Amino acid sequence: MSEYTAKDFKKGQPRWCPGCGDHFFLASLHKAMAEIGVAPYNTAVISGIGCSSRLPYYVNTYAMQTVHGRAAAIATGAKVTNQNLSIWQVSGDGDGLAIGGNHFIHAMRRNIDLNIILLNNRIYGLTKGQYSPTSPRGFVSKSSPYGTVEDPFYPAELCFGARGHFFARSVATDATPTVEILKAAHAHKGAAVCEILQDCVIFNEGTHNDVYTKEGRAKNAIYLEQGKPMIFGENKEFGLMQEGFSLKVVKIGENGVTEKDLLVHDAHCEDNTLQLKLALMETKDGFPVALGVIRDVAAPTYDDAVNEQIEEIKAKKSYHNFTELLETNDTWEVK
Amino acid sequence: MAEKMEIKELDQVVVRFSGDSGDGMQLAGNIFSTVSATVGNDISTFPDYPADIRAPQGSLTGVSGFQVHIGEGKVYTPGDKCDVLVAMNAAALKTQYRYAKPSACIIIDTDSFCEKDLEKAAFNSNDYLGEMNIDPDRVIACPITHMVKECLADSGMDNKAILKCRNMFALGLVCWLFNRDIEIAANFLKEKFVKKPAIAENNIKVINAGYDYGHNTHSSVAGTYKIESKAAAKGRYMDITGNKATSYGLIAAAEKAGLRLFLGSYPITPATDILHELSKHKSLGVTTVQCEDEISGCASAIGASFAGALACTSTSGPGVCLKSEAINLAVIDELPLVIINVQRGGPSTGLPTKSEQTDLLQALYGRNGESPMPVIAATSPTNCFEATYTAAKIALEHMTPVILLTDAFVANGSGAWKLPDIAELPAINPPYVTPEMKDNYTPYFRNPDNQVRYWAIAGQKGYTHILGGLEKDNKTGAISTDPENHNLMCHLRAEKIAKIEVPDVEVEGCVDDADLLIVGFGGTYGHLYSAMEELNKKGYKTAHAHFEFINPLPKNTAEVLNKYKKVVVAEQNLGQFAAYLRSKVDYFVPYQFNQVKGQPFVVTELVAAFEGILKK
Repeated sequence: MSEYTAKDFKKGQPRWCPGCGDHFFLASLHKAMAEIGVAPYNTAVISGIGCSSRLPYYVNTYAMQTVHGRAAAIATGAKVTNQNLSIWQVSGDGDGLAIGGNHFIHAMRRNIDLNIILLNNRIYGLTKGQYSPTSPRGFVSKSSPYGTVEDPFYPAELCFGARGHFFARSVATDATPTVEILKAAHAHKGAAVCEILQDCVIFNEGTHNDVYTKEGRAKNAIYLEQGKPMIFGENKEFGLMQEGFSLKVVKIGENGVTEKDLLVHDAHCEDNTLQLKLALMETKDGFPVALGVIRDVAAPTYDDAVNEQIEEIKAKKSYHNFTELLETNDTWEVK
Repeated sequence: MAEKMEIKELDQVVVRFSGDSGDGMQLAGNIFSTVSATVGNDISTFPDYPADIRAPQGSLTGVSGFQVHIGEGKVYTPGDKCDVLVAMNAAALKTQYRYAKPSACIIIDTDSFCEKDLEKAAFNSNDYLGEMNIDPDRVIACPITHMVKECLADSGMDNKAILKCRNMFALGLVCWLFNRDIEIAANFLKEKFVKKPAIAENNIKVINAGYDYGHNTHSSVAGTYKIESKAAAKGRYMDITGNKATSYGLIAAAEKAGLRLFLGSYPITPATDILHELSKHKSLGVTTVQCEDEISGCASAIGASFAGALACTSTSGPGVCLKSEAINLAVIDELPLVIINVQRGGPSTGLPTKSEQTDLLQALYGRNGESPMPVIAATSPTNCFEATYTAAKIALEHMTPVILLTDAFVANGSGAWKLPDIAELPAINPPYVTPEMKDNYTPYFRNPDNQVRYWAIAGQKGYTHILGGLEKDNKTGAISTDPENHNLMCHLRAEKIAKIEVPDVEVEGCVDDADLLIVGFGGTYGHLYSAMEELNKKGYKTAHAHFEFINPLPKNTAEVLNKYKKVVVAEQNLGQFAAYLRSKVDYFVPYQFNQVKGQPFVVTELVAAFEGILKK
């Protein structure tokens, strides 16, 4: 049992717009931190710039709100230096995937043990409404009055492409599953990405309309659970099957399809092919949006490897302080 | 061939080894300087290499040089021009001869002066000496390639490996010329190749062959040379480059402060050797992260600082451009951080392997907002140790990022360095939070004497807090846009830096009655000092004041600058330090000497220019 409650992690009065998805997510984060039970002083929340990057001001832990896009790099230095810190790196889609894209992919590649929160509202909110790297093609915004002419990133695809080992997704308004993926991200050793779908009530309301309400999710989302068959729908009447190189939606009981024919979720599968297909499902193609832990594969972490190598070399080499280091050089004596 | 060999006594000599960038000229030069230092000579070295790793063999752009200055007393520079030039091929002779004194002895490998070689080096005929007006009597023309092949015929080595030993033949010849004990060189190679004794043995064989060639033929020169040693300060010494001394300064500072050393870095010439050096020393607990970019190098260091490391990032000018935003985060967060800028020629990619002092104003002012930050400039390869140690001490004790400026010249050059005793280095005492502050700590609570805030390290119980890039309230640490508070914070940050104590600037030479004060900063110390000495030898009265501490400036700066009739500020830029001093010292109107050639100053040119000023 954790000795903490959500209250122990709360601080200040959030200044986000009423109804902003950030409020919902913050409550889930407080709750998850309490359930995880790492002391506030051993927890660090590190963010960049943007609406969501204000979040560290509202947690009673060590925290840094840094410069635009650099949170993953700053968090990397902190984690390597003190592995006891449980680090939450909070970014928005602009901060994390545009200006901070390089640090995002390299955090994945190195597999540094960070919990990376990607609050995806598909818009730049704080600068008052420009399209972001996750805005769909044709998206009309202040900086794209005639619609964008570029394709968006899919965060999961970027994460997998950078050899990420953990990817989970939740909807900001969906409290319990959000707490669950945050706990799973903490439990996973390595870079763990949680994509949080959220609306910007001012500049991009309804962007996640299909799954933003309970009713919407009942119809349009599938909650993936390890080892469970993939079933969804208001009456749990649909399922997912593999067909050739693709997935297909089937109705259970129709055409002889039974529960046994359905795909069973395996987030621990090293091969990410099917996990990626699940992560990329969209309602416009007739698929449900995948929620929950999509990929969770164990792998060596960067911070462990860095510190283990130091210990290994300490045991191997004969010099361990500055004076002994000097002795390793060719020297001469002036008498 | 001279009938009778003569041994001339010299008080100093400059040798320049040159060849293709793959010819191992740096190793030959290093061994020669170590051998000289071991017998008690002072040394100063400078490698001059092209940006290409391996330019086409024998081409003019692929020539790499390594200059060694040895002397019986103290030597301050690698020397203007050389007394001996080793040119391993035609291109080397073509490009490097301009660094030779008119009287210099030239050693060439005649096997690399064939038709094709001459063509690549843009000679018009076989008479390459004639084309360059070189007196053949000054040339030791030796078929080095041929001799090395013969020497190693039975070694079982392949042709490529054999050709790599040509540098050792040249080294042996130079050792003969200067009456050097080749046993010392042999020992150096045995240690260097301790795990590959066969390689050591073959190299030693070639050195001996080179030495014997000189000895047996007496070559074509009139005599050999001897450089006596004058006793330097007693103690143990080593030959150290500036980049290595910088790395050692960081290691010593971390150990003294009892902190983990963290370097976040991205490869960039000419700073990468710091990353290389520190990466080797994991047995001392040093953590190096080779980052995805320059920004991350600085950003990861800031994270490490937040988590309680002595955090550093090493780079060159273009890297500082990219790091500027993150550096400013460290300024407003008031976190300790050492930023090392090994300056190179700019702007943009500029001259990556060459040396300049053109990033001074960038270090002082190249950030948005009021962003005060200490700036220190190392004055010589060996001074890099002390300058870096001091930069780390200031960063940790004053809770601020510090920029350390070195340059390609001091970073790659080397000198004889007296090994320090870590017990005698100044203590480093960061302003850690005290138990009384527990549970009511706010990050901008300051020591009223020096305005330094107290450091709570992430992970310490009872001091949770947030730092950030937004302006904070001076008392609570909460985000604040209050006009009075911002004004106060800007003043406090400036005052904190202004209050850092730095030593007075020293004046050397004719301290009391100089007609001209020569002023410089950073890596030009040796050249300006030598120019001052030369002028005083000629009967002029000059003095030299050299600045290591740029921001804040030493307290006696105005007093020193105003004391002398004439002052010249000499720097390897278009007048950045002069402009800075003029902004800090009222009525200061110096003469200026500015050169931006990517090459170290030439002492004779300085002397001529300063004579001109003295005569005005």
